[in-house]
Amino acid sequence: MAEFRLPKNSRVIRGKHFKDPGDGDPRTVHVYRWDPDAGGNPRIDSYDVDMRECGPMVLDILIRIKNAIDSTLTFRRSCREGICGSCAMNINGVNTLACIAPVDDLRGDIRIYPLPHMSVIKDLVSDMSQFYAQYASVKPWLQSDSPTTDQERLQSESDREKLDGLYECILCACCSTSCPSYWWNGDRYLGPAALLQAYRWIADSRDDAAGERLDELDDAFKLYRCHTIMNCTNTCPKGLNPARAISEIKKSIHARK
Amino acid sequence: MTLRHPLEKASGLGSSGEGSRDWWLQRVTALVLIPLTSWFLFSILDHLGNNHREVQEWIAYPPVSIALILYLGFMLFHAQLGLQVVIEDYVHSSAGRLTCLLLSRSIFLVAGLVAIYSVLSVAV
Repeated sequence: MAEFRLPKNSRVIRGKHFKDPGDGDPRTVHVYRWDPDAGGNPRIDSYDVDMRECGPMVLDILIRIKNAIDSTLTFRRSCREGICGSCAMNINGVNTLACIAPVDDLRGDIRIYPLPHMSVIKDLVSDMSQFYAQYASVKPWLQSDSPTTDQERLQSESDREKLDGLYECILCACCSTSCPSYWWNGDRYLGPAALLQAYRWIADSRDDAAGERLDELDDAFKLYRCHTIMNCTNTCPKGLNPARAISEIKKSIHARK
Repeated sequence: MTLRHPLEKASGLGSSGEGSRDWWLQRVTALVLIPLTSWFLFSILDHLGNNHREVQEWIAYPPVSIALILYLGFMLFHAQLGLQVVIEDYVHSSAGRLTCLLLSRSIFLVAGLVAIYSVLSVAV
């Protein structure tokens, strides 16, 4: 059955409280911690972070904690400008990218958890291997039997516009991990991110494999676990609409009946 | 620790080629049920306070009996599709899922037959 309670060894306990060596303008941040080497239950550590020593985004808080307060805190980050998707996490109950989440938009204490319903490797780092495999399973590359020429494959401006709102996906997994269908059936349901990527190729005028792609998706679990509750669209930090892409796939499958 | 690549798990046994039909029928029956349910509710309100014979005569009027059978049939079919989605969402063991699906479909089938028989037995 669906899991409505965390397993015993995953229940979160209260952790330690740390103070910033700087003492100006403190902001309290609660962070999910779990260390596979130490074992035990995950805990919530609290940090009073000196905001005068800290940049404007939530990622800056995490970097401040790691640099000045507690170097054991583990999280992924790379580009710090919302294009790599590494720092996707749950901030005050919303999946988003820590690097483009302004601290000033958050009221009261800040609560930072890893992406929901993913296996945790350490602290805020979750295991993405299944998510990436699902992406790979939709064959996210151009497939075409059309005769090739020496030139690049041309595309009209209007056909190119059909990829707007699709190509921008950075695979941060905020959408898929906000989807209850993905929580309950993530082993078989591909999730909004992989389905949006699948539609990105179905919609591409240069790709000839739309039929085979739709064949692959016509499945009660891979595609039709989506009930269009639109958590994915609500949470997408890039402002994309995976729910619409999924609906387009369903309509395309029906259109060929 | 598994020795299988995650891609093998993600691909599974491939696509079943099913799902689209149920999805489409759920939407079609929902649309059909808008006028049918409105008609049914208005008719029930219209017959509040009527005696047994008057209601019986109303059901026996052929367009009403046909509309009632259509309403009950579409409603139960739509409910069955809805319950099927809930079962597929939440019952994860394949044996449990199959049992629940067969059970729910049987119950809805019997309910549909009983509903049609009831309308006809009043009407004819």
